[in-house]
Amino acid sequence: MKIAVLVKQVPDTETKIRTKADGSGIESDGIKYIVSPYCEFAIEESIKTKEKNPGSEVTVITLGPSRSVDALRTALAMGADKAIHVDDEGQALDSYLSAKILAKLIQENAFDIVFCGKQAIDQDAGQVPQQVAEFLNWPQVMIIEKIELNGKHAVVTRRVSGGAKEIYELALPAVFGCEKGLNTPRYASLPGIMKAKSKPIQALKASHLKGDATLKIVYGNFRQPPEKAPGKIIQGEAEVAVKELVRLLREEAKVI
Amino acid sequence: MANVLVFAEHQNGKIKKSAFELIGKGADLASQIEGQVEAVLIGSAPASVGQELAQYGARKVYVLEHPALETYNTLAYVKVLADLVKQIQPEIFIASASSAAKDFFPRLAARLDTGLASDSVHLSLDSDHKLVATHPIYSGKALVDVKIPNSKPQMALVRANSLGLGAPAEGVSAELIKIAADPGELRALMKEALKGSSDKVDLTEAEIIVSGGRAMKAAENFKILNELADAVGATVGASRAAVDSGYAPHDMQVGQTGKVVNPKLYIACGISGAIQHLAGMRTSKVIVAINKDPEAPIFTKADYGIVGDLFQVVPLLTQEFKKVLQD
Repeated sequence: MKIAVLVKQVPDTETKIRTKADGSGIESDGIKYIVSPYCEFAIEESIKTKEKNPGSEVTVITLGPSRSVDALRTALAMGADKAIHVDDEGQALDSYLSAKILAKLIQENAFDIVFCGKQAIDQDAGQVPQQVAEFLNWPQVMIIEKIELNGKHAVVTRRVSGGAKEIYELALPAVFGCEKGLNTPRYASLPGIMKAKSKPIQALKASHLKGDATLKIVYGNFRQPPEKAPGKIIQGEAEVAVKELVRLLREEAKVI
Repeated sequence: MANVLVFAEHQNGKIKKSAFELIGKGADLASQIEGQVEAVLIGSAPASVGQELAQYGARKVYVLEHPALETYNTLAYVKVLADLVKQIQPEIFIASASSAAKDFFPRLAARLDTGLASDSVHLSLDSDHKLVATHPIYSGKALVDVKIPNSKPQMALVRANSLGLGAPAEGVSAELIKIAADPGELRALMKEALKGSSDKVDLTEAEIIVSGGRAMKAAENFKILNELADAVGATVGASRAAVDSGYAPHDMQVGQTGKVVNPKLYIACGISGAIQHLAGMRTSKVIVAINKDPEAPIFTKADYGIVGDLFQVVPLLTQEFKKVLQD
């Protein structure tokens, strides 16, 4: 089985994000980058799938600037076999264009299954997996918390709102969006990190894959969210404070 | 005519509140582009749907019907909506960011070769009468305006509780158009649906949320939060620390790797206020924090705070809510 996993490198969750004064984007100085958390569930699931299907191979793919090769190395250290870096060449991307590029690459490589994180925690758009599936004309199941594969037959549990779940049956090839709870991503072991150094990373360019697809979205006016006015700590013993809180919620905040 | 189309969701025979919010906003946008707002529903809809949606401004309501559409299916929804869009050519197409819409709307945008603004918290038109959707990014640490300048329809998913609900008008009606839709090939088939354990509103749609952190110390202790939630009509959530400690299931997690919520009132009990938690609830209209530690970061983001032991404060709060809300 040829397994592909799409990963994105994003700013660390602790990073203070500052928007540029002219609103054209965010300041990139001093940002520490990580593999987007949901992508880690996808990497782990792809390796588990390989382990359950001997003779399979995991290829990890990222679309981004040269620094995103680090994300590929993390995945290779966890146990992926090969990597492909599609260099964005500094060009603006949106979900649509990213999906066009990635779908073209997946098509050219004849993968059987694609794992993605349900969304990347930078743009928080949550569109690329679904759009990749569309451009490949493959079925999709997003927000998966369980997957069982029997050859080309998949039974997948999808989490929906209110704690409810839906169980789907489908035939591969397909695209899956991974949710927290699907698995526990392994830490890269020291032998894994050493082995990763000699695993191949193929270098490709976005411009060679995008065909005549163009951006659909324009981003502008990047800004910090409005600062909240400082709140008040309600003084007094618990009974007194609680009475005052409820009064304020009703009379001042007017939320109850 | 440049019209706004709204995807209206319904569940268990009732139209969801989000549909009315979107129609109201859609009517406002449509009036600025000299069009009207129309709604589309999938599957057998409540009989009163035309009238109910008309009250918030809808002039036409399309109901796409087919036996296969009674069960959710990504490709079926994409197909029937793409067919309708090709037929009626709306200028703008919006939906609430529900589980289902987050699944099919992006794929629909790809099928229509157009752009989709995800997770929008505000919609307006610019001076060229193009849609501007405000989207929180980096887990809410920044905001960006999203435009779709060169393709139609301009699509947007709207975060629950972002728009507000106008007042319904009386004595209005909408044209109800039932269409026998063709769902096409389904491929991934839902073989079972398992209901959630709670009958409460989902966290992402809840107007009031009570959340517990690591200080809850045990899963059984969430009972006091359930009692508080019942008293004030809330849904119960949890921080990642509580979930990772096994005190609550993951689908209750609020935060960067949990759910993003947008209630009018968020009561954080024993939650320290890590950046990743704030990422999930920072747009809450009013935040209340109850924590033993006066230095807890949550107090810098809360509108109101009580420094105290949650095991003492929460039951008292429940009692006080019961007393005041029963008046």
